[in-house]
Amino acid sequence: MIIHHPILGPRDAQEFVYLGDAALIDRPDGMTAGVEVFHDWLYNRDNPAGEHRELWYHEQGDRSWLVVTRNTVTHEITRVELARDVARSKGRSK
Amino acid sequence: MAELQAMTALGARQAAVAVVGPVTITERCDVALASVAARRGRMADLARAAQAAGVPLPDAARHAGGAVYNAFWVAPEMWFVEAPFASHELIADQLKAALGDAASVTEQSDAWVIYDLTAPDLAPLLERLCNVDFPAAPDGFATRTVIEHLGCYLIRHGRGQVRIIGARSSAGSLLHALEVAAAAAW
Repeated sequence: MIIHHPILGPRDAQEFVYLGDAALIDRPDGMTAGVEVFHDWLYNRDNPAGEHRELWYHEQGDRSWLVVTRNTVTHEITRVELARDVARSKGRSK
Repeated sequence: MAELQAMTALGARQAAVAVVGPVTITERCDVALASVAARRGRMADLARAAQAAGVPLPDAARHAGGAVYNAFWVAPEMWFVEAPFASHELIADQLKAALGDAASVTEQSDAWVIYDLTAPDLAPLLERLCNVDFPAAPDGFATRTVIEHLGCYLIRHGRGQVRIIGARSSAGSLLHALEVAAAAAW
């Protein structure tokens, strides 16, 4: 599988480490959001057959975190973004 | 004061040189290394200071040479800087003084082993060692890659001239991998 790194171009998937659902970026405030919301963020994952946004780490490359939009049925990758940009667009990573 | 003797990454007094077929592998103990990372929002300040100090800050996946300092890109807004060890043993302090608070500088000399590879054409060796498309890569290409399960930086200076920078703790294993692959290639 080839991941098209936004900066470095096509890179072999074996250079990357997979973390999981990119919804991890949306961590609620544990002090104000309530325990149910925080529990949901921490433990519950969707398991879609189809498009899935997930976090990949380019460990044997430039050490960037990526948000990869991948179809879990076909393994087709439709979008790759720097997680930094995704997080900042959501107002995180101040 | 105690009289201390410097040791190479392989625990020797002299830098290692290995010749396998047409390939010469030369350990480089005369290169000082430091990493330079721009602090958040300070890239413009760092670029100005680096230009004044003669530190090149090349684009992604590139190596660039300067009068004293050479540098290669390792991550967004982060570079490894090379300089002659004899004049820049304290490279981190020297860069810190030159770049000010726009960058975070970390000493790297003692964390890595540097091997320079020379041969008429290194493609037959590197295609056995890593997934870099070496013949297609331009001169000045710099990347991190995996060689024999070891994360390394690979810098292409020419078709027959490559620098490989690997973890110092695996210096012997990396040299062994290079020698074995070279013996298999030729």
